[in-house]
Amino acid sequence: MNGSALWKRVLQPAVVVILLVVVIGIPLYLALVTSAKSQGEANIPDLSLPSSWHIADNYSKAFTQGDVPWALFGSLLVMVPAVVGVLVFGSLASWVLARRSGRTVSILYSAAISGIILPPAVVTIVLLLRQLGLASTPFGMMCVYMGMYMSLVIFFITGFIRTIPLELEEAARIDGAKPLMIFVRVILPLLRPVIATATILICLYIWNDVFYSFFVLGGGSVTTLPLNLYSVASSNLYQNNWNLVFAYVILMSLPLVVIFTFAQRRIISGITGGAVK
Amino acid sequence: MTATTSAAPVSAPARREPERKVRHSRAAGLYPTWFLAPAFAILLVFFFVPTLFNFIYAFTNWSAFHNDIAGVGLANFRAVLSNGALVSSLGITVVYAVLVAIMQNGFGLGLALLLERDTRLNRFARVIVFLPVLMSALAVGYIFQALLKPDGALNGLLGGISGHPVTIPWLGSTTWTIVVVAFVNSWKWMGLAMVIYLAGLKTISEDVLEAARIDGAGVWKTFRDIRFPLLAPAITFNVATALLGSFNGFDTILSTTGGGPAQKTEVLDIYIFKVYGNGLFAQATTMSLVLFLVVTVLAFPVIGYLRKRERVL
Repeated sequence: MNGSALWKRVLQPAVVVILLVVVIGIPLYLALVTSAKSQGEANIPDLSLPSSWHIADNYSKAFTQGDVPWALFGSLLVMVPAVVGVLVFGSLASWVLARRSGRTVSILYSAAISGIILPPAVVTIVLLLRQLGLASTPFGMMCVYMGMYMSLVIFFITGFIRTIPLELEEAARIDGAKPLMIFVRVILPLLRPVIATATILICLYIWNDVFYSFFVLGGGSVTTLPLNLYSVASSNLYQNNWNLVFAYVILMSLPLVVIFTFAQRRIISGITGGAVK
Repeated sequence: MTATTSAAPVSAPARREPERKVRHSRAAGLYPTWFLAPAFAILLVFFFVPTLFNFIYAFTNWSAFHNDIAGVGLANFRAVLSNGALVSSLGITVVYAVLVAIMQNGFGLGLALLLERDTRLNRFARVIVFLPVLMSALAVGYIFQALLKPDGALNGLLGGISGHPVTIPWLGSTTWTIVVVAFVNSWKWMGLAMVIYLAGLKTISEDVLEAARIDGAGVWKTFRDIRFPLLAPAITFNVATALLGSFNGFDTILSTTGGGPAQKTEVLDIYIFKVYGNGLFAQATTMSLVLFLVVTVLAFPVIGYLRKRERVL
């Protein structure tokens, strides 16, 4: 066996298995095993198996203490409309930005995509929302997310539309279709791959966001899964409750992990589609 | 992974096609201006106006302790300068962002090269490496806090191997904890960097690699002179997103150290969060303005440089 074959057949698989077990396996296993321990045993989190199993107990406690149903509802309530809104309005604007030319359009385009780089002004957003009467409301949160991710959507979709031949639109135009009709019937269906990319990335960001939701939703009645994780973990100050923290972590991560295992090929190709030119 | 290139919005053949735009006179009728209205209204109200507010309220005494808001000139800037918060959080943020950019890309590229061949094991490994990307950074931080505590799992494991108890305070060093926290954040995101590098490696044509092989180039020489330069677009994307993302770093730090020990991992967003929680809204705004200005000053040259490298190659 020469060096290259040895690497391919023996060493590379061995390296992969060791890396998976040590680098990814141990942290995830720690969360799983601790979520099944009694509070006393979880106090000093180690890798040993629980001496007595407390799965049902811990998960039901995390479920009620972290108010999972209400937080799940809140997470979906802000994420779904924000993603739909930013994609609909963003792709509508992108079509015009991609097809029209001139100085004004190029200035508008630069302004529109500047938000990819510039950090949102998180503190003054709260002030603005108060003035608009939207502070601590899910509607305010949706608007903030739409404002934050509009740039990314316009950047991805404008780039994509520029690769769609004009002839496709012209054919519909000759048939007498109005602009909105052409957009809905011709352009929108062609945008599927790039909309998939944007949807996945933005869902990932919003689903896991805790910084912006702290500021915007703080003090209101609507909460999200990560916000409740923080409050469960913060009660850790008074009594160690790693078992509940990790039970909650696993409950919260489950939806995305399940979706991912069923659609991993499409999700990965969707993400990379937008990134590598 | 085979479908990656088909989804690319600007794939290679499409880019060569001349970019066609409709002549100016007809354009307004065919692509109505009002289509821009909803998107720009949202951007204006919820992105640009708050940014503008940053430039106003950083110079006021806006706080939870007054009912009225009055101008105070540069008092907030003097406050964050004299208590050392500005210099220290800014320095920590830059160090953190650079560390994350280096580690996240190092891990991502290493994994992409390791898992490049399409074997069953490699496909499985890619899925597993991607799992942390899906998890909330807050959750990842808690896992590592439990792992890295002085009496936590890692020290327990090391103690078991070495035979005597180990109590390294991984998150307790005023010098090295920022590196550990940057590692945790890179661990969470390395799967994303990896899939982007894998897609980049796929776009390199087999002919080029074959030609290099015929010319007698070894694995290392092929990588250094051919594959690495051709990965430039993927590198640009990964470095830029890692840098910009970690300038806004918050979740991982909050859940591993909360800014400690001795505020040595207190990046700008953590500082903003804490000061805002104390009701000093104007000071939080001041730091938010500083973050905005620093990102504006740093980000454009970095991205410009990376793109220029792409064009040269």
